[in-house]
Amino acid sequence: MTSTNHRFRQGVNLAMNTLFVCCAILVVSPLGFVLFHLVSEGARSINLDFFIHLPKPPGQSGGGMGNAIAGTFELLALASLVGIPVGVLGGIFLAEYGGERMNGWVRFWADVLNGVPSIVWGMVAYSLVVLPMKSYSAYAGGLALGFIMIPLVLRTTEEVLVLVPRSYREAALALGLARWRMIVRIVLPTAMRGIITGIMLAMGRIAGETAPLLFTALGNDFWSRHLAEPIAALPLQIFAYAISPYDDWHRQAWAGALVLVLLILALSIGVRLLSRDKSRRA
Amino acid sequence: MITSMKQDSQAGHVPAASTPAAPSAAPSTPPSNPSNGPRELPAFAVKDLNLFYGTHRAVQEVNLEIPNRSVTAIIGPSGCGKSTFLRTLNRMHELTPGAHHTGTILMHGEDLYRAGIDPTLVRRRVGMVFQKSNPFPTMTVAENVLVGLRLNGVKDKSLLRERLEQSLRMAALWDEVKDNLHKSGISLSGGQQQRLCIARALAVRPEILLMDEPCSALDPIATAKVEELIHEIKKEYTVVIVTHNMQQAARCSDRTAFFYMGKLIEYAETKAIFMNPTQPQTEAYVSGRFG
Repeated sequence: MTSTNHRFRQGVNLAMNTLFVCCAILVVSPLGFVLFHLVSEGARSINLDFFIHLPKPPGQSGGGMGNAIAGTFELLALASLVGIPVGVLGGIFLAEYGGERMNGWVRFWADVLNGVPSIVWGMVAYSLVVLPMKSYSAYAGGLALGFIMIPLVLRTTEEVLVLVPRSYREAALALGLARWRMIVRIVLPTAMRGIITGIMLAMGRIAGETAPLLFTALGNDFWSRHLAEPIAALPLQIFAYAISPYDDWHRQAWAGALVLVLLILALSIGVRLLSRDKSRRA
Repeated sequence: MITSMKQDSQAGHVPAASTPAAPSAAPSTPPSNPSNGPRELPAFAVKDLNLFYGTHRAVQEVNLEIPNRSVTAIIGPSGCGKSTFLRTLNRMHELTPGAHHTGTILMHGEDLYRAGIDPTLVRRRVGMVFQKSNPFPTMTVAENVLVGLRLNGVKDKSLLRERLEQSLRMAALWDEVKDNLHKSGISLSGGQQQRLCIARALAVRPEILLMDEPCSALDPIATAKVEELIHEIKKEYTVVIVTHNMQQAARCSDRTAFFYMGKLIEYAETKAIFMNPTQPQTEAYVSGRFG
């Protein structure tokens, strides 16, 4: 009696373990497949030219995505100009100043903003920047991406600031420091790694956004000379090349996708390194 | 600095000595005039102090005077309101949501809670050392000591250097860290960290130093060092120390206040509290029968 029961439980245990392992493999495998596929399709087309040259017209082989890579970095920088100050200052407000009721509302709205489809941000930037300036531009693209960044940076900033021990705040206040000085000189430096981690995560998230750029940054086959002009971006270029009928462009699209994934991977690895250092210190 | 001021709204609670022009007739003035100095006002004069956390009354109807340049110990069982009381002396309790008080506290005759007084200025004059050492983790030993001065705008390099050494010497830490001033503050041992925090509090030259169980996490040797330093600094500073350790209160304080259930049960010369308490609860506590 006991032994059949025992065998039954062992059977269930085995079945469940198998199920869990399968699920774990299911979680991990898509990334593995995607990376493998990207490398096998794209690695051949990656060379120095790819990073520094402009796209060639259809029919000619060679050329690269130098302008798109530079454009992605420019857009990230512009988005940071919007997303970091608003997000960090908003996070400071939530963690240090806001009242309970107020904070509940701000958090709720930030979460709702976070859930707004990214193409909507493209439309917002379109009506705020593209229409008045009568031109697609890097500004518009940066603004659209910045909007997406704001709630991400805000919530992570708030979370890490709340983690700064009360005892540091009390020690600073007991020295007769004004509250804002305490925040700027004691709390922020203590939480700096966490804030940077949040910013990098947000950048990784927006680096691959395509939809908000479609009718803001638009894309550009040449180097952009001015931020008020349309600008190329990796996701846009990949999109344009992937739907083109040319094999050569398809190969370039794979390469572009590989570069984009590696860029985001690098950001994620940076985040892991930063947060690991922090835990070692504490 | 809080300058002397007109005590308009607090007329009933002003000790006569603070308004030399007025006839010294306030009947509510406690008779216990501090013995050191003829006209010197006590470091603190606490009157009818109540402190509430929401509706819970953590401190009840406390009246006491803390003389200048002396060590006053506050003892009592856990939860008796002694730390809470201490935090009212530099307005730290205001950081706790839902905490509010009634009654008055005069520091050298000035109402700490008068409208228009900036709590940061109060805290610059009334320093505090906490139970758990809390050096700032992003700063070196030297930066930790000087943070209060630097962030209050002191730029004079020679003054900073002088204060650094002075404060660390007062905290009996200089010899141990003088070669490691640029190491991280949290690289020190627990006892050194606590003395670093004391040096940090002393570096801004407060008039009064509040210590909230400063030795509870220290070993006996570090405790002895801190007690020695308390004895040393009372020549210039007024020290109020909350302690769980009755031997410590007996060793290093001049006066002792015994709190129980939020009330001040007895307050007298330390010797009297320990040798000859007048209240039965005090006697039971100091003789170890409860608490």
